[in-house]
Amino acid sequence: MSRSLKKGPYIDAKLQKKVEALNKSNQKRVLKTWARSCTITPDFVGHTFAVHNGNKFIPVYIQESMVGHKLGEFAPPRIFRGHPGLNKTETTTTPA
Amino acid sequence: MARIAGVDLPKNKRVEIGLTYIYGIGRSSSLEILDKAKVDLSKRVADLSDEEVASIRSVIQSEYKVEGALRSEVQMNIKRLMDIGSYRGLRHRKGLPARGQRTRTNARTRKGKRKTVAGKKKALEKK
Repeated sequence: MSRSLKKGPYIDAKLQKKVEALNKSNQKRVLKTWARSCTITPDFVGHTFAVHNGNKFIPVYIQESMVGHKLGEFAPPRIFRGHPGLNKTETTTTPA
Repeated sequence: MARIAGVDLPKNKRVEIGLTYIYGIGRSSSLEILDKAKVDLSKRVADLSDEEVASIRSVIQSEYKVEGALRSEVQMNIKRLMDIGSYRGLRHRKGLPARGQRTRTNARTRKGKRKTVAGKKKALEKK
C-alpha cells in the first residue's frame, strides 16, 4: 500500500533542515539519525548518513539511484547468520 | 500465420486472447491495442488480413514494451535494488519474498522445493 500522493513523501523535518544547512555551507559530514522512515530526496545525494538499526548506526552513502527509497531500507535491523546446529554438519545455507 | 513481436500467435484463438501470448500483454492491454488498431477483437488470428496484422504490430511497436525489452527492464530494476543494497535487493539476492510475506511457512514460489533439514528434534513433531 503506497502513501497518498496528496500528502507527498514523508521527509523528517529535522533531518531535512540539517541537510539543507550542510548543502548551503558545502560541507560533508556524517549525520546520525534515527529517522529510518524518512524518504531520501535528491538533496541527500552525496551525503553519508549513520542510520540507526536499533543497535548501531550503519553508515549509508546516498547514491542517485537511492532517491525515493527510505533510509531504513539500507540499515537492516536483523542479521541472519544461518540456523543453529546446521553449521556443524552441512553448509546448505550460506550466511551473507 | 501472424507473427508479432517475435512470437507466433495461436491460429485458432480470438485475437484478444491470442495477443496475450506475447510477454507483457494481458487482457486489458490486448483490448486497448485492438481498439487502437481498429481490429475486430472477436476475429480469429488465422482470419486476420495482412493490413490488420500490420496495424496491430505498429501499435505495439510504438506504445508498448514487450518481450525482450520488458524482460530486461524488469531485470534491470531488480539489479538496481541489489546494487544499492536496499532491503528488497537483499531479499532478491537470497531468493526470499521481497514484500514482507511470511517465510516461516509457505513462500515456496520463491524458496523453491522444500529442503528437509536433518537433525531436528523428533519429540516436538510427535505432539
